[in-house]
Amino acid sequence: MAMLEVKNLSKSFGNLKVLEDINMTVEKGEVVAVIGPSGSGKSTLLRCINQLEKAGGGEIKVCGTDMLLKNDSGKTVYADSKTLREIRLKTGLVFQNFNLFPHMTVLRNITEAPVCVLKKNKQEAQAKAMELLRKMGLETKAKSYPCELSGGQQQRVSIARALALNPEILFFDEPTSALDPELTGEILKVIKELAAEGMTMVIVTHEMAFARDVADKVVFMEGGYIVEQGAPEQLFGDSASDRVKQFLQRFNN
Amino acid sequence: MTSEQITTLFGLMLRYTVPTLKIFGFTLLYSIPLGMIVALLKMCRFKPVSWLTNVYILIMRGTPLLLQLIVAQYSVPYILQSSLCPGFLRSLLENVDIRSDSYIFNMMLIAFVLNYAAYFAEIFRGGIEAIPKGQYEAAGSLGFSKLQTFFRIILPQVVKRVVPASSNEIITLIKDTSLASAIPYMEIMYIAKKQVPTYASLMPLFIAGIFYFVFATVLTLLFSFIEKKLDYYK
Ligand SMILES: Nc1ncnc2c1ncn2[C@@H]1O[C@H](COP(=O)(O)OP(=O)(O)O)[C@@H](O)[C@H]1O
Ligand SMILES: [Mg+2]
Repeated sequence: MAMLEVKNLSKSFGNLKVLEDINMTVEKGEVVAVIGPSGSGKSTLLRCINQLEKAGGGEIKVCGTDMLLKNDSGKTVYADSKTLREIRLKTGLVFQNFNLFPHMTVLRNITEAPVCVLKKNKQEAQAKAMELLRKMGLETKAKSYPCELSGGQQQRVSIARALALNPEILFFDEPTSALDPELTGEILKVIKELAAEGMTMVIVTHEMAFARDVADKVVFMEGGYIVEQGAPEQLFGDSASDRVKQFLQRFNN
Repeated sequence: MTSEQITTLFGLMLRYTVPTLKIFGFTLLYSIPLGMIVALLKMCRFKPVSWLTNVYILIMRGTPLLLQLIVAQYSVPYILQSSLCPGFLRSLLENVDIRSDSYIFNMMLIAFVLNYAAYFAEIFRGGIEAIPKGQYEAAGSLGFSKLQTFFRIILPQVVKRVVPASSNEIITLIKDTSLASAIPYMEIMYIAKKQVPTYASLMPLFIAGIFYFVFATVLTLLFSFIEKKLDYYK
């Protein structure tokens, strides 16, 4: 089953067209890397899918449920708020700059949404959080505050926080871009482990080697369009597009 | 002055700390929540609301509190005289006894609360606006409702940010309660001024000063303790 279907999606900020005719599909268990120059609309695409920006037009379907659709008179509309909420819980988003809650301990950062939003019992949520922290190699940091952690550790907490809601599909917006180069490895490793477990993921990244290694599909964006999408071998090997070749050249040098 | 006289004065003033602390306590009790509401109204995206709120804040902060206190005392008779006064307000105000103690206290409290709410509102607005957008986005993507986001994620962080500026206002308030003596309302300052001719000495004012100093110092210590308590993150 397709976990994400985006059709003909568009988005403008005032007169500035940021997304145009975006079409993509993500199957269950698939890892999709989104690459492209800065300002090409990668974040905006993720933000539209995660309901942080209002899309201009097109269709979005998450886990088979219509989120953005055409109504009977052909107008683009959002689903009702109850459906949007349900979809929201099926998608998780990991931010470039973590956005952890600074006033809460690491453990509380992870349990707050399961307890307050999913109304899970506190012990259960804490047990699950500890399990996630162990997986992230952070079981000793449960009682720390985010400010006491390194960037890499904070990002791992924010991944655990997103996973605590058992999302069907997880989005990453440049998860390593705010980190010192020596810390990116630990995040990429966690994402690889998630991929091995069959997690469906869409990852915006500038780590080309990583994208090539872990992605089942690569999407190249520029100027608000998807210029090319396909298997990593195709894009990184012998892309049909000069723009893609040019862009990748810069990373090889 | 004899030491007995001084002791008597201290005892007298001590009794009048009750009305002083009553103004202080009730003003905080109402002006802090009202200040939060005013801050949110000023940030309202519906422009007329934000604009009107701003006019209120400008007036409260741009005119003397003493003037506001006196206007509040005189306001009811003048509103009743005005031909613009709507009927329901007239029937409400006509039953008010403007010479009663409760009227004097309530009108005074309204002026204090409206004035301090304007100052708190500006502090709270600054605190709310300083919270990064990412906090709202993270909360939203985790499924928190708007209300949950405000009370669980935003407000606790705002509290930490506004404690230093708010504590300055609160320390100013304990000293500003002395303006009530001009209404007149019988609190420490009023009673101290009244004792000056009786004793032909500045001692009553000096003792009043000691009371304000002690209150302000206790508050200063209390707030530096709270700031330390809130220092567990960032
Ligand atoms: N809130 C916004 N208001 C106006 N323009 C925006 C906003 N967010 C992004 N943009 C513009 O949209 C374009 C795409 O931005 P973005 O999606 O962040 O690109 P990327 O993530 O690929 O670097 C850029 O030109 C950016 O300036
Ligand atoms: Mg971006």
